[in-house]
Amino acid sequence: MAHGPATLADGLPKYLARWLFTTNHKDIGTLYLWFSFAMFLMGGSFAMIIRAELFQPGMQLIKPEFFNQMTTMHGLVMVFGAIMPAFVGLANWMIPMMIGAPDMALPRMNNLSFWILPFAFAILTATLFMEGGGPNFGWTFYAPLSTTYAPDTVNYFIFGVHIMGASSIMGSINIIATVMNMRAPGMTYMKMPLFVWTWLITAFLLVAVMPVLAGAVTMMLMDINFGTSFFDAAGGGDPVLFQHIFWFFGHPEVYIIILPAFGVVSQIIPTFSRKPLFGYSSMVYATAAIAFLSFIVWAHHMFTVGMPIAGELYFMYATMLIAVPTGVKVFNWITTMYRGSLTFETPMLFSIAFVILFTFGGFTGMMLSIAAADIQYHDTYFVVAHFHYVMVAGAVFSGTAAVYYWLPKWCGKMYDETMGKLQFWIAFIGFNITFMPQHFLGLAGMPRRYADYGLQFADWNMVSSIGAFMYGGAQLLFLYNVVRTIGWGKPTDDPQVWEDAVGLEWTVPTPAPYHTFEKPPVVN
Amino acid sequence: MAARTIHRKLLLQLSAGAVVMFAFAIFVLPPLYDLFCEVTGIGGKTGGAYEAVAIEVDTSREIEVQFVATNNATIPWDFYPTEERIVVHPGESRAVTFFARNRTGRDMVAQAIPNVLPNNAADYFHKTECFCFNSQPLAAGEQAELDLVFIIDPDLPVSVNTVTLSYTLFDITDRSEALQVSLVQ
Repeated sequence: MAHGPATLADGLPKYLARWLFTTNHKDIGTLYLWFSFAMFLMGGSFAMIIRAELFQPGMQLIKPEFFNQMTTMHGLVMVFGAIMPAFVGLANWMIPMMIGAPDMALPRMNNLSFWILPFAFAILTATLFMEGGGPNFGWTFYAPLSTTYAPDTVNYFIFGVHIMGASSIMGSINIIATVMNMRAPGMTYMKMPLFVWTWLITAFLLVAVMPVLAGAVTMMLMDINFGTSFFDAAGGGDPVLFQHIFWFFGHPEVYIIILPAFGVVSQIIPTFSRKPLFGYSSMVYATAAIAFLSFIVWAHHMFTVGMPIAGELYFMYATMLIAVPTGVKVFNWITTMYRGSLTFETPMLFSIAFVILFTFGGFTGMMLSIAAADIQYHDTYFVVAHFHYVMVAGAVFSGTAAVYYWLPKWCGKMYDETMGKLQFWIAFIGFNITFMPQHFLGLAGMPRRYADYGLQFADWNMVSSIGAFMYGGAQLLFLYNVVRTIGWGKPTDDPQVWEDAVGLEWTVPTPAPYHTFEKPPVVN
Repeated sequence: MAARTIHRKLLLQLSAGAVVMFAFAIFVLPPLYDLFCEVTGIGGKTGGAYEAVAIEVDTSREIEVQFVATNNATIPWDFYPTEERIVVHPGESRAVTFFARNRTGRDMVAQAIPNVLPNNAADYFHKTECFCFNSQPLAAGEQAELDLVFIIDPDLPVSVNTVTLSYTLFDITDRSEALQVSLVQ
């Protein structure tokens, strides 16, 4: 087959049919990435509504009921619609090319796992236009808010979560099968690029905990419609049980989001430092250690439910233990850069910002892990600031870096470095203006998930909103940059794209042909 | 084709893993949670009906027992203890009453859910008779004196001098029509 992106001349079905019926890992990766970007813009516009309402104290633009729907939908769409599918898209594109496989192991299931996602989010989003409104109980959907007091549309929400869970499980099984069965000869486990390693571990996490989430929403469904009382104290159940089950899923979930981001950064930093990754095997072990620890720390989200002191101490120390493998990773990234020949292209800028801001978010996480102090911080903007430092400056910055890093390989065109850097600086400054003040608000006692606030919080909220609009604008610039690169970027056919980039994906022609590694490469 | 077979095998294994985790969440975690709370007593739940045995009353100790009644959500009943606090000796059987009145114009069924604080006292608070063992049907405007007979176990940890028993009253009218509620509490 000829080089370059597939065209109709290659005998592919036309227009919509090509995308609907595709089983090609690159096509499906592209679908995932565009879908996640659309969800990112939608979830982002919910955030803009939230920040516009919080620009000044008092109620100006929307009703409190709608505000609650916005915070809930923002969280759900960003976690399940934007970040997770974005990394699945990167996995689809890159994992076969990184391990020398011709495609994913189960291509038709791959197609299915993508194409049920738009339906899940159509169902979820449609609730906003229904009587009673969309989900309004926070993205953590604690019972009884999400059962006894939920709007009738909660059943759509449950169905949507079931579908996206099924999609994630199928996607992960596919990744595990690809990595375990389809590595090129000589590509031993300990030679795999770190992005593949982090995704392999993430996929196991997903297979383990997405069914638990499905179980949680199924129990909600039963409580709401079939008269069971899993979470209803009136019938002998316990609402606290919901929180335990949710966070048994929810804590591994945050590592599901961040581990592939670690992988991306571990690919990019060595390239632009022109040095191999420092401490490769310690990176692999640290990833596995984080994944293991993520299962035994869940109740640190629930320090205020009234746990016995022994439980609080256990979850506190176990949580703090996660700082050790995470510290190993941060140390390795910094040491990779140390005395390297650094250049600061856009992907590298985002990666360095990732290391700095993620570490910052990690430190506020350490503060939150202190059981005694958490009672003050719990459910304040301090928590909001903390998880946006790790989710946005962590996962989203890393995803953005990945797109700039691999986009030339995908489409054979270079992005405009000046425009990329412009986006980085607007995003970096906007992000910090948005979320840094939220630490102060939280420490001063501003609770999260409220449509209004006391006058003493007015100034920092206004600053935070201005930063949010700036950060939102940076995403439109991102869209512009990507579209302009694909359409009108400077063509390149250098297989390596980046000087000294290492890995099998840089040995295939640029742009990556529709089919790669039909004959497996030999890895020495 | 060999590749196909190994992919299928892995697919089946991992799918089975996912199904196991789903079943684990629904069928194992809730009972495990209840068991854990029961064994450690940290849920604050009291046990079922207690068979009174002749035990010596420990007159050297005085325990203050406080009663709290809460209406869940907005169940429009009057519900309060007739005595808010009493002082008892461990081993002594005492009877108290709660007052309940259905203020609405329709027949309702309510269920009181008990909770004991401090957590380490829950296992030592024995109820030989309690209205909370059954649901409470009250016709429109009807009122009732609800009985509770309890014994504080003499083995109550010495650090505990005050025990708070709280009842939260839930409206289970809809539920009790649909199915027979039987609670062990």
